[in-house]
Amino acid sequence: MTEITADEFVGRGNKEGADLFREWFDGLAEHAKRGEGAAYVFVMGSMAELLHVFDFPLVLPEITSLQTAVRRVADKYLAEAEDYGYSPDICGYVKADMAVQLRGGDHPMGRIPKPAIAVMTNACNTYIKWAEIWERMYGTPLFVIDVPATRQAGGQFQPGSADFERDRKYVEAQIRELIPLCEKVSGKKFDIDRLRETLKYANDMNTGWKRVLELNKSKPSLFNAVTDGTVYLGVSNNLRGTEKGSTFFKNLVEEMEYKAAHGIGTQIVEKYRLGFVGVPCYPIFRRFSEMFTEWGGNFVHSTYLNFASGGGSMGYEYDVNRPIESLAEGFLISVREAMDNMFHQDRVVIDWVKNYDLDGVVYHPIKSCRTVSTGLADGRRAMMAATDVPSLFIESDMMDKRVVSEAQMKNRADAFFEGLASRREMAKISS
Amino acid sequence: MTNHLFGTWQNQSLEGIFAECRELAENADFPTVKRWRENGGKVLGHFQVYFPEEIAHAAGMLPLKMRGAPVEPTHSDSRFGSYLCSILKTSLELVLSNRVELDMFVTHPICDAARNLAAVWGRNYSYPCQILYLPQNANSKASAEYLCGEYERVKGDIEAVTGTKVTDEALRNSLIVYNENRRLLRQLYEIKRKQPWLVTGFEAYLLMTVGGMILREEHNELLKTAIPLIEARPAKRQDKIRVVFEGGFCEQPPLDLIRAISQSCYIVDDDLLIGLRWILEDVPLEGDLLMNMADAYLEKSSYSPVQHDARKPKEKMLLQRIADSGAEAAIITAAKMCEPGLEDQVTYTKALDEKGIPYFVGEFEENMTSFDSMEIQLETFTENLIFS
Ligand code: SF4
Ligand code: SF4
Repeated sequence: MTEITADEFVGRGNKEGADLFREWFDGLAEHAKRGEGAAYVFVMGSMAELLHVFDFPLVLPEITSLQTAVRRVADKYLAEAEDYGYSPDICGYVKADMAVQLRGGDHPMGRIPKPAIAVMTNACNTYIKWAEIWERMYGTPLFVIDVPATRQAGGQFQPGSADFERDRKYVEAQIRELIPLCEKVSGKKFDIDRLRETLKYANDMNTGWKRVLELNKSKPSLFNAVTDGTVYLGVSNNLRGTEKGSTFFKNLVEEMEYKAAHGIGTQIVEKYRLGFVGVPCYPIFRRFSEMFTEWGGNFVHSTYLNFASGGGSMGYEYDVNRPIESLAEGFLISVREAMDNMFHQDRVVIDWVKNYDLDGVVYHPIKSCRTVSTGLADGRRAMMAATDVPSLFIESDMMDKRVVSEAQMKNRADAFFEGLASRREMAKISS
Repeated sequence: MTNHLFGTWQNQSLEGIFAECRELAENADFPTVKRWRENGGKVLGHFQVYFPEEIAHAAGMLPLKMRGAPVEPTHSDSRFGSYLCSILKTSLELVLSNRVELDMFVTHPICDAARNLAAVWGRNYSYPCQILYLPQNANSKASAEYLCGEYERVKGDIEAVTGTKVTDEALRNSLIVYNENRRLLRQLYEIKRKQPWLVTGFEAYLLMTVGGMILREEHNELLKTAIPLIEARPAKRQDKIRVVFEGGFCEQPPLDLIRAISQSCYIVDDDLLIGLRWILEDVPLEGDLLMNMADAYLEKSSYSPVQHDARKPKEKMLLQRIADSGAEAAIITAAKMCEPGLEDQVTYTKALDEKGIPYFVGEFEENMTSFDSMEIQLETFTENLIFS
């Protein structure tokens, strides 16, 4: 066996991720060219495992929408949707997608096919409102998989209990209703062995994702949860339940294990280990990250990587011997985990403070997303009461430049780091 | 019956009843809740839109509709970020400022903001603060059974809080009370539709809104007293435009805004506090009562932007509401920052455009105090319609 060198390993995930991302968009453009429809799905509970059985290409409109922000054209798209009648105060992803639809599928990364079917969970209620727009525009059949989440903090129903079984049965019944709809729309028969196959690939991705996140406990940490993490997250969503996705995550684990074993961190000298809560600021994505890295701050974890992976971070492994039952169970557990990372994020963050040895936590609530942002100020209070870790609270948006005040954010970030630095000095003196 | 929590409406003229209702509706100290607690009663606060109050009622609790109030969110502001509708903040403010004391809080997954409330509330209070999962897949064959299970679960939690077992008999009695309440509200709305000159939209709203703060037995008494007085009113038909008001399903517009609209229009139907009228028919009193309630929620119910049901495309439902009430125009509003409301506003206006039905678009906030410009625009809108 040939010895693999650090050069071949380090940064492989980012490169492969970017290539796969481009390939995915190109594939969608081909479908659009042929006039074929796609399954429109969302990041929290995409049902990719099932939809691939029917060979639906997947469009994730949250991802196509955020591309307009990263590529710095979101303002034009938002303005088009607002001219159409949508309020400045609603989710920017919805508006960017509305503009993409009005443009016949054109967006900065190519062209996306029209929705032939839309599948969404209630992990975000806006998903449902959003899909209702396609229903009106194109007559697209919609299917909501209603996923009962945690009812009350600390009160998750556990497998084996009657309450859990009730929820699982509800999800399973819905999956069984979705199958004939997929057959009808795709014209293909359901094949349970193909489902077994996609579940197996999803298992590889889930276990890989969990391992990658755990490995970032290393010191120095191995990747930046906001920048690199978003690349991995893209693959976890776009290629969920596929062979390519499975290979990507196996490779990624290999890369991270190697980096951990050799003490190779990110490109910065890590002075502060940070947690990130919320959704990144895409309109100034690079600058936003630099506000932290230039002080030696690295994001070692983020609630985003948990909820926007649809709870893939749980590492749930499907039992391929009872595929549908297990799909229901895994779906329930993972999507519930996604929701807990938004609604009960305080618990997650308090846990990281210890397990990831955090020096600080950055909260970034955004105008567009009330799902994630509504409870952050209160969650931060709870985190501050339970730990003595400093935190920063900055509001902006993941799409709308009008509410992103870069200079102000930078000032706040600078003050935050000055506080972290003097805290460290004080600790040195008193020790 | 029951002790009166809100006795001042009794032996009053119709005008006096409206005045008392207004006073109670505007009193952010919730005196009826205080009175209930003074007598040792427990209170379940439930957030908008719909809650199966019968279950709490059957356990001897006072179900309180938490739908904000015209108060400053002094304490709650630090629990929330910006970019949120106001009702969340003022609802929490009521408890943080000790205006209202609860023994249990329930919210619903009606929207992205409201669902967060269970967690926010629960971090601040040790009593049960939870989500009741009303199905968002109303079209699944499994929804009714699932919802019934949710009702069963909430029933267990209520029993634990009150120490009272909810018997079938108690639940049946509560259903009788609530069926009657819904029937009376339907009657009130029937008058609005057929003879809107007998009761203004504002007056009908006052009568309805206090229902969320008192026991339904008392609300029934109030309605049974007021409705005949309304029917006997020697009011004359006026030359006013008949409108449907849409957008009041969750956060409520300020009373004065409803009053101002009522001055220039007949509000012949609306979705204000639609949860009180969500169930359209009597819930059957035989068989599995919780299942009957679940079935009624899904099968015999109204519509709103916060429920997805393939059988209820919102714009078609609105057109139906307009047709059924003989409205000539619609007022399409949304609470500021209300994602579902603002999204459906676009849908509604496109559908109305297509049908050539005139409409007026507005945004409101429960705390707004000045709507002069909205009033002027609305007057111009109605005058244009009258003289066109
Ligand atoms: S509201 Fe938030 S979670 Fe929902 S679609 Fe928008 S950004 Fe995504
Ligand atoms: S007013 Fe709208 S956004 Fe606010 S809680 Fe109600 S439904 Fe949600």
